[in-house]
Amino acid sequence: MVRNFPPEFVVRVDREACINCLRCVRECPFGVHEYDREKKTWKRHHEKCVACLRCAYMCPTQAISIERSPMEYAPHPVWTNRVRKDIKTQAETGAVILTAMGNELPYPSYFDRLVLDACQVTNPSIDPLREPMELRTYIGRKPEKVELEEEDSSIRLRTKIAPNLKLETPIMFAHMSYGSISIEAHLSMARAAKEVGTYMGTGEGGMHVELYPYADHIITQVASGRFAVHEEYLKRGAAIEIKIGQGAKPGIGGHLPGKKVTEEISQTRMIPEGSDAISPAPHHDIYSIEDLSRLIYALKEATRYKKPVFVKIAAVHNVAPIAVGIIRAGADAVVLDGFRAGTGAAPQVHRDHHGIPIEAAIASVDRRLREEGIRHWGSIIASGGIRSSADVAKAIALGADAVYIGTAALIALGCTVCKKCYTGRCAWGIATQDPELRKRLDPEEGARRAANLLRAWSHELKEILGALGLNSIESLRSNRDRLRGVGLTEPELRVLGVKPAGE
Amino acid sequence: MCGLGGILNRYGERMSGREIIRMSCMMRDRYDGRGGGFAGYGIYPRYAEYYALHLFFRDELAKERTEELLKDRVAIIKDERIPMRRVKEIPQENIVWRYFVEVPHRFSNRREYLEKEEDYITELVFTINDCIDGAFVASSGKNMGVFKATGMPDAVAEMYRVEKYRAYCWITHGRFPTNTPGWWGGAHPFNLLDWSVVHNGEISSYGTNKRYLEAHGYKCRLLTDTEVVAYLFDLLVRKQGLSLRSAAIALTPPFWKQIERMPEPKRSAFTALRMTYSQAMLNGPFAVIITNRDTMVGLNDRIKLRPLIAASSDDCVYLASEEAAIREVEENINRLWAPRAGNPVIARLDEEVREEVIH
Repeated sequence: MVRNFPPEFVVRVDREACINCLRCVRECPFGVHEYDREKKTWKRHHEKCVACLRCAYMCPTQAISIERSPMEYAPHPVWTNRVRKDIKTQAETGAVILTAMGNELPYPSYFDRLVLDACQVTNPSIDPLREPMELRTYIGRKPEKVELEEEDSSIRLRTKIAPNLKLETPIMFAHMSYGSISIEAHLSMARAAKEVGTYMGTGEGGMHVELYPYADHIITQVASGRFAVHEEYLKRGAAIEIKIGQGAKPGIGGHLPGKKVTEEISQTRMIPEGSDAISPAPHHDIYSIEDLSRLIYALKEATRYKKPVFVKIAAVHNVAPIAVGIIRAGADAVVLDGFRAGTGAAPQVHRDHHGIPIEAAIASVDRRLREEGIRHWGSIIASGGIRSSADVAKAIALGADAVYIGTAALIALGCTVCKKCYTGRCAWGIATQDPELRKRLDPEEGARRAANLLRAWSHELKEILGALGLNSIESLRSNRDRLRGVGLTEPELRVLGVKPAGE
Repeated sequence: MCGLGGILNRYGERMSGREIIRMSCMMRDRYDGRGGGFAGYGIYPRYAEYYALHLFFRDELAKERTEELLKDRVAIIKDERIPMRRVKEIPQENIVWRYFVEVPHRFSNRREYLEKEEDYITELVFTINDCIDGAFVASSGKNMGVFKATGMPDAVAEMYRVEKYRAYCWITHGRFPTNTPGWWGGAHPFNLLDWSVVHNGEISSYGTNKRYLEAHGYKCRLLTDTEVVAYLFDLLVRKQGLSLRSAAIALTPPFWKQIERMPEPKRSAFTALRMTYSQAMLNGPFAVIITNRDTMVGLNDRIKLRPLIAASSDDCVYLASEEAAIREVEENINRLWAPRAGNPVIARLDEEVREEVIH
């Protein structure tokens, strides 16, 4: 049978500019460029091109450009090109389609249909360059009230405050495991987090020894595979996160193929070299909320109640009561991962069809916790598809305390979102363990860029607050009155708790 | 823009409403006539032990329904129409009535009784405002009352005969509303139990504060941002037992940079207050005067975006948006100053007035 499968991209090479240096052959990890030394001819395997653009940017004469292939199937509104290609792929392989990064279907984005307020006349906007502007955020359990001993001018605290993470900006780097991404990527984010005064997550892959100097700005993770989990690991980090689910693939586990389990990864994860690292879909010791509570307290016991324990779930239909249960079970924060969340590898069907938008999840969890009078028991961390400082501001106005960024952080490190993380052949040295490819990411440069991104967003957040006439981020939290919806239906507005524009 | 003023006689001696009316008239430029009001403490000495409920009714039906509820929940000791003059500037759109009520003694000991009693009255106030269409509780404290309407403060005073009442503490407000429609209930002072608040400015953190209060059982339905100030003081001081100074630290906390420079144990205490009450923090431009039965507090936002002047004489403490208002009524000023941003000015009966330096 003829394989009638048009390539997605076409590699165009300017023959006059090309000097046959073969740089593109060395740069492309997917084998797109092939040069026959004897015949002195080029062959470009367009079908292998993923549009990572590595070759184009490394070509010394800028001879290469990557274009979307003009060859497509006849147009059809229902049987789109993607649908047809997926079917053909599955007919060929008989397998689940694997992909990476976040949900690709054109669901509407609520962030893009929410607008922020600004001051005019009656309340002066505040210039953050001239006036103090505060982004500091504490993540963790707060007491119901504070008791003090006061005498004349002296004041002394009597209430014991549970451990909290102190964030200088309400943005953290999301959990991405060592294994799915390189140590260089981890180091970049760890250094940036420490420099800016925020935190990064280890993901399930443990903490490489090179990260130890930054451990006080690292949140360790306990997931269903329990990789790397031991007492020292838990005590070393600043907080612990139990991962129940993730937004990119709610309800399913993970799988790091054995060939990626190199010596260093095997040491960090505490599994034999070359063995598959399988994270089961559920934790096999957590089949209920009571079981989760036991794990939360086991981790607290192990760390002498000095570390806050977070629980991460994918935002699913019933997210509000689940999150309330998690907070009641003893978690110091609940992490909500929306359906746009990225991943290194996920079955396409799960990535694109499970879960709900993070905006709705934040709003309903915040509301529910308040209705039950336990909002102060735990913080809400939102993640999954946060693309800009505006998204951060809107997430906080809907009720989040802080956000995690994953994909955005990787883009800062050079990622172009080509969605081939699961191949381990990342051309930019991020989602790979190949020693040659890894050299492409310099952790120092990476740290500078990741820190710059946090700084830039923080600057913008301060400007946003200034325009809103607020001088502290906590006055934006759950301040849905400063949001308006544009083009949203009434039930959507009700769920988000915002008024339509003009009202 | 709005204007506010307050007088507290430190010795608890009662003064007629004339002075507060003069203070208010001095700031006329700050109002647009869509709301004015006064609150006086000590005005009902004969009924001092009962809750004095001032109510607005749109019609007889609202009044009947409210009275049915009142009879069910409390013992009405006395009720009467609040004496009023006809004033041409203010259309008489409401029936204005006052009730002196007592909560039935159902509680075992006195402390529990007092605590629960206040919650009981709070609940009653919320129920009336929430569930009875056309009824509104203007004030619900003991030995005090709020007189307010849509109009210039001098006309409101004329209408309610404010000069005929005698109080040891008076506050006033003239309104220039920019965020909510002018209606009688929307005029200041706002009151709950003994707490009254007058406010100039805008609470830009309203949504955050409102949701925080709702999680603690308060209902914010007055279509205005000022009510949260009264409820926050009620929650922090009455229910959670913070001192007025600590409540001010929670509501207008110093910046983190200032807190970091503090010595221990002060730093831990301030950090804990800020962390815990982050959503109670008031943000946006404001000056407020908050009163209860023995205290008057003046408070500005953290960067002082609204005016507030304090002054004291031998007998009295004054707070006002404008210095001229104070000078209008007091010749012998011992001290007059502009309190710093975020520092509460606390005046109490039998005490020297002081500005608490928290910033």
